[in-house]
Amino acid sequence: MDIKQDFPILNNRKITYLDSGATTQKPKQVLDAIKKYYENYNANPHRGAYFLSIEATEEYENTRTKIAKFINARNREEIIFSKNATESLNLIAYSYGMDNLKSGDEVVLSIMEHHSNLVPWQKVTKATGSTLRYMYMNDEFEISDEEIESKITDKTKVVGITHVSNVLGTINNIEKIIKIAHKKGAIVIVDCSQSIPHMRIDVQKMDADFIVFSGHKMLSPLGIGILYGKKEILNKMNPFLMGGDMIEYVYEQDTTFAPLPNKFEAGTQNVEGVIGLGAAIDYIESIGYDKIQEIEEELIDYARQELSKLDYLTLYMTPNRENHNGVISFNIKGVHPHDVASILDSEGVCVRSGNHCAQPLMRFLGIDSTCRASFYIYNTKEDVDNLVKGLNKAYNMFEKYIVK
Amino acid sequence: MDDLEQAYNELIMEHGMNSYNKKKLDHADFCELGHNPNCGDEISLELKLNGNIIEDMAFTGHGCAISQASTSIMIDTLKGKTLEEAKEIIKTFIEMIKRETKTEEELEKLEDAIAFKNVSNMPARVKCALLAWHTLEDMINKGEESGKIKSDCCH
Repeated sequence: MDIKQDFPILNNRKITYLDSGATTQKPKQVLDAIKKYYENYNANPHRGAYFLSIEATEEYENTRTKIAKFINARNREEIIFSKNATESLNLIAYSYGMDNLKSGDEVVLSIMEHHSNLVPWQKVTKATGSTLRYMYMNDEFEISDEEIESKITDKTKVVGITHVSNVLGTINNIEKIIKIAHKKGAIVIVDCSQSIPHMRIDVQKMDADFIVFSGHKMLSPLGIGILYGKKEILNKMNPFLMGGDMIEYVYEQDTTFAPLPNKFEAGTQNVEGVIGLGAAIDYIESIGYDKIQEIEEELIDYARQELSKLDYLTLYMTPNRENHNGVISFNIKGVHPHDVASILDSEGVCVRSGNHCAQPLMRFLGIDSTCRASFYIYNTKEDVDNLVKGLNKAYNMFEKYIVK
Repeated sequence: MDDLEQAYNELIMEHGMNSYNKKKLDHADFCELGHNPNCGDEISLELKLNGNIIEDMAFTGHGCAISQASTSIMIDTLKGKTLEEAKEIIKTFIEMIKRETKTEEELEKLEDAIAFKNVSNMPARVKCALLAWHTLEDMINKGEESGKIKSDCCH
């Protein structure tokens, strides 16, 4: 199976793309689906009485059903379209957090949250007089059972946790977190942005109250995100954005709102993004998560092994292979990651450098930034070899200047 | 030589990795923080004036080799200059990095700072090279606005 062949950009450009944690490249199947949509079905869904608009509505709503099946949601109305994971998280923070938190309550996050699952909770806890607490990690870059048990208490009302860390690649023990949180009466939000491209998510089995993810990190176009929420919770929540298509009756002074899912989808939606996400899911299913995991396990094993051989590197990853997925953060000791990334770029190797929207995590680690290589199904061992070659070049350029 | 090797030439490497200007001044008149939130680069720039002449400068903080070297070489270039001369050199440096073309003759007044010319071909690193220069520009502007710095006086 030559997966790279399906990705035009990887054939058009001579690059080693190792930044899929930021955004994945798109297969031609997804690009074709968007083109087909605009050439055949484009109209504003839910608005027209004419046949074309009804077709557009069908395409849009069928994708909602497809996504519900993909994550095994009980009801299709539990799938809400948003701009990205960030907007989904803000929706939860504003529509659930603002109305349900009060003084004395606690919101518990992990120290490895992306800013998108952290900054909204600062705003909400300050506004409601509730308290923000963090679960910290151990020397193995993991959150221990003891830490989970000590931080999630009777005061906890909301727990926000990333399934897989976008910096460390740590797979968090969400089963344990959800079990304890529910026992204490808290709801749990799982950020699946970094997990759903790589592993099957079953929301009923997981039993999270909310999950969020972005389409563009799983082969679909930019600008489309998903919020899944349990129907009974979503039904009780107030709308987040107000406007067209989310209403029932609008009077001069008052409005009644549409039922789920429209209640949370104000204004004309990103239909091309929805269609693209549907095509991306078809593509992922055509390969199958078993095959995806087989490809990635071999690739990450190889990357872990090859990078571990470079003694000038510091690696920020768990030694427990079964708890690690997708991304590897590293630094050349004594060299700033931006310099390393520039030198890798000169070899055509694309990695991210910086704080990865996780400044509290960086501060906890006592560093200001890292380089991060992130992998997906189109990557090969040759890509890892190119990374190693680029790193050797960077080290050789800096070796004599490094202050030891 | 390609852009990368030019950008990481020996002068920049030496200043960027281990600079003698990276220290605290004993009696600084002004101090200004500069940072690039996206990359986490952070410098604290100190300035000591003698009348309208830059008597000494130093910096602390952290960042990539380009931003650290740019800070250090800026200090070497501007030490002993009047504030008016410094402002002119800062303007020329920013224009060079932003590729608002300058004649070779004008660029000569940048002295060693001309070593950053090739950074203008590396858009991802432009912010790194400009951090210290913008920080000093801010410091002088704030000083002038508050009346604590008088660039044109000659006492």
